Amino acid sequence: MNPVNYLYLAALLFTIGAAGVLIRRNAIVVFMCVELMLNACNLTLVAFSRMHGNLDGQIVAFFTMVVAAAEVVVGLAIIVSLFRSRHSASVDDASLMKL
Amino acid sequence: MSALAAANAASTGEAVQFWVLGTIAVIGALGTILLKKAVHSALSLAATMIILAVFYLANGAYFLGVVQIIVYTGAIMMLFLFVVMLVGVTAADSLKETIKGQRWLAVACGLGFGILLVSGLGRASLDTFEGLGTANAGGNVEGLAALIFTTYVFAFEITGALLITATVGAMVLTHRERIERARTQRELSEQRVREGKHLPPLPAPGVYARHNAVDIAGLLPDGTPSELTVSQTLRARGQVRDVSRQALEDLKALEQRAEERLGRGPSEPQASRPQGRKEENAQ
Repeated sequence: MNPVNYLYLAALLFTIGAAGVLIRRNAIVVFMCVELMLNACNLTLVAFSRMHGNLDGQIVAFFTMVVAAAEVVVGLAIIVSLFRSRHSASVDDASLMKL
Repeated sequence: MSALAAANAASTGEAVQFWVLGTIAVIGALGTILLKKAVHSALSLAATMIILAVFYLANGAYFLGVVQIIVYTGAIMMLFLFVVMLVGVTAADSLKETIKGQRWLAVACGLGFGILLVSGLGRASLDTFEGLGTANAGGNVEGLAALIFTTYVFAFEITGALLITATVGAMVLTHRERIERARTQRELSEQRVREGKHLPPLPAPGVYARHNAVDIAGLLPDGTPSELTVSQTLRARGQVRDVSRQALEDLKALEQRAEERLGRGPSEPQASRPQGRKEENAQ
C-alpha cells in the first residue's frame, strides 16, 4: 500500500465534514463537523511529514490541535449562551446578533 | 516501529490496518453527519478520532497519536457530550428545510469538492516517501521538543496566550451574574396563589403496579395520561412511557388466565404463552 492512501482518506473525511457543515442545522453537530475537518487536515499534515522525512508537519498538526481546543471551548460557550437566550441550538434561529 | 515508519512503502500489516480502520473511520464520519441525535453523532466522531490516532501512530507521529487520544477524544469530545447534555435536550434537528433544495445542493457541493480533492491528489506526483527514520532517530518526542523550543518557540508562546484568552473568554461567555434576588419558597407559593393555577404541588408520576418510574405519566380518572406528572426534561426528549392502555390489557390477561384455570385444566401449559406476549407489549 502506498502511504498516499492516507491523503485520500483525509480528503474523504474533509469532504464528509464539509458536507456535514452544509447539511446539518444543529449548531453542536455543525461544530463536530468542523472538528472532523480539522482532524482530516491533521492526518494530511502527518502523512506529509512522513513523506518529507521531517517533523515540521507534526509540529503544525500539534498547533492545530491546540488551536482546535481553544476554538472548541469558546465555540461551545457561544452555543450555550445562544441556547440560553433563544432556547434553541439551531443555526437557523441565530440570525440576529442580539435578541 | 521506527523501521516501519521509515519504510517508503507501507508493510502489508499497515495496509490491512489502513483498509479495516479506514473503512470504520469513514463510517464514523458518515454517522456524525447522518445520525439524528447529537449524542450519537458525538460518539461516532469519537470513534473516528480514535482511529485517526492509530493512523498517526502508524505514520510515526507517536507524540501526536497520544495527544490525539488525550486531547481530542478525552477532552474535546467529553466537552461536546457535556454541552449536548446541557443544550441537546430540546435540540433535535428539525427535518424541515428552510431553504428549498439546500440539502441536495449541499450534497452536490460536497461531491464536487471531494472529486476536486481526489483528482488533484491523483494528479500530484507523490511517489517518493522518505519516511521518518532519520527524523525520529533520536526519539519522536525529543525531535518535536527540539523544534518547538527553537524554530517554533514564538508560535508556541502565542499558543499559550491563545489558550489563556480562550479560557477567560469561555468564562465570560457562560458566566451569568444574578441580577435579582432568588425568590424564596414562600414568595413562590404566594405567587402561585395569586396566579390561581396549580395551587397544590404538581402531581406525582404514575406508580403503576410493577412500573415505579418517573417516565410513566400518572393517569387521570378517565384513563388518559397526564402530561403534568412527568418532568419537563423527559417530555422534551419524548421519553414518556404511556401505560394508559395497560389497565385494560392486564384485566383481559387476568380474565383469560382465570378462565383457563377454571375451565380448561389440561391446556394449562399453553396458558403462559399469551401472558408472555402481554409482558412484551408492556415493555
